[in-house]
Amino acid sequence: MAPSRLRLAGLALPAVLVFLGFFVVPFGIFLHVGGQGAHGWAGYALALGDARHLQSLLATFILSVLVTLATLIVGGICGLFLGRHEFPGQGLLVSILTLPLAFPGVVVGFMIIMLGGRQGLVTQLSLALHGGRIVFAYSVWGLFLGYLYFSIPRVVLTMLAAARGLDAALEEAARSLGAKPFEIFRDITLPALRPALVSAAALTFATSMGAFGTAFTLATRVTVLPMMIYTDFTLTTDLSSVAALSLLLGLVSWAALFLARSLTGAGVAASG
Amino acid sequence: MKPYKFGFWLQAAVTLASCLFIAVPMAYSVLSGLMRNAFLGLRGGLTFQWVEQVLSLYWPTILLSIEIALLCLVATALIGIPAAYALARAPGRLARLAEEALILPVAVPGLATGLALVVAYDGWGDFRQSIWFILAGHVLFTLPFMVRAVLAVMASADLQTLEEGAASLGAGFARRFLGVVLPNCKNGILAGALSVVTLSMGEFNLTWILHTPLTKTLPVALADAYASMRLEIGSAYTLIFFIMTVPLLLALQRATKPRAGEKP
Repeated sequence: MAPSRLRLAGLALPAVLVFLGFFVVPFGIFLHVGGQGAHGWAGYALALGDARHLQSLLATFILSVLVTLATLIVGGICGLFLGRHEFPGQGLLVSILTLPLAFPGVVVGFMIIMLGGRQGLVTQLSLALHGGRIVFAYSVWGLFLGYLYFSIPRVVLTMLAAARGLDAALEEAARSLGAKPFEIFRDITLPALRPALVSAAALTFATSMGAFGTAFTLATRVTVLPMMIYTDFTLTTDLSSVAALSLLLGLVSWAALFLARSLTGAGVAASG
Repeated sequence: MKPYKFGFWLQAAVTLASCLFIAVPMAYSVLSGLMRNAFLGLRGGLTFQWVEQVLSLYWPTILLSIEIALLCLVATALIGIPAAYALARAPGRLARLAEEALILPVAVPGLATGLALVVAYDGWGDFRQSIWFILAGHVLFTLPFMVRAVLAVMASADLQTLEEGAASLGAGFARRFLGVVLPNCKNGILAGALSVVTLSMGEFNLTWILHTPLTKTLPVALADAYASMRLEIGSAYTLIFFIMTVPLLLALQRATKPRAGEKP
């Protein structure tokens, strides 16, 4: 009883129209308008060769890579630990760790201000303890911690699911054959977790590259690429660099997720 | 497996530290929204004055966010559930390609999509300044979550057999879709609906670009408050945002909880 092709096409039509009208066509127009600036289509090449843009791209890339590595370690440990042990309060810890999943980037930025801003907790504690004033929220460390904050839930969720799928019998067998804990981790656990690690890494990297709200709230001196694009958009009428960098950003984020999906299977990002 | 080793306690410590890293700023933010003076801390006493002030200043943004989230839910359900069904029943490469295309609006950063929308609809004055423009962006961004949630359940339910059974009893397509298909993917629709509402209420990157002074949503006004209001107001506003979204997030965690032993 397969529904006819026509009926299926009809059912999918509204989604297709939304996709075309609010995504494909707008990006087409955006691309076109970007080529109508003072330098015409050459504006794209100029924008991508601009030293300021390249510096921002590099800084964003390095930040995203470092955040990804840090979150894989921290989130990986949390996910494995919570996925492989049962104890009272475990559900609560999972809830806390995955809660920021749908926090907007601005709220994440504010959480970092709550910790290390001018009236932040760490700042007040440091003032009370030794009279020094530690304000890190607006430095590159604040940015790093903010990105870590919104990345942890994504990695924990992925690793939690992977940890629950691990075959305990394999590790038991290795142990009975005399393998040391580190050897078991390296030769059994890690390879089994590889797909999850790859997909979590891509998710974190793509979200970090495109994150805007967190950097916007923290207003750090390091200009991440989305902030650079936004500032250019508000300051200039020539859209060539805005379009060029937006498309580049879109391409990089999508490519990371696509690569992970073709290597492993799943993975969808959300705002940061 | 016992006794617990050094590694166990190290893992436990990292997990606990991460939980504190997430939860402590949230708790402190909630408290700051209720403290008379955040710098004095609890010594200064507690008050609802900031919450009241936020409600009187920002009530329209709260209403608008709820309104857009609910409209977004209706739109993504009407558009996404039929699309998920089409993807589930259409075999082959075209369906996989469509699935890949569907993820694009989530894979591409909201900032880029927002700029493309603003540039493309520049000349459409009335639409550009209405809440429908923001709704369009939210539908685009949340639709994949509805479709994927429903599709996941449809893929595990044997729709073909169920539908054949219903058809052999004489049920037409509409009857089968409403009476057999929909009830069987109830859980997927619920998970999708919770995702859509939560994401729409928290969407910032895209909305910041799309909004006009008359179409400010909660997260957009929240960014304004962080930048220009005293800390207690920002905290009280954040508290209201938490009250609106945290229950939804907890319900979502419940609805999508992976059962033990289930393969990812």
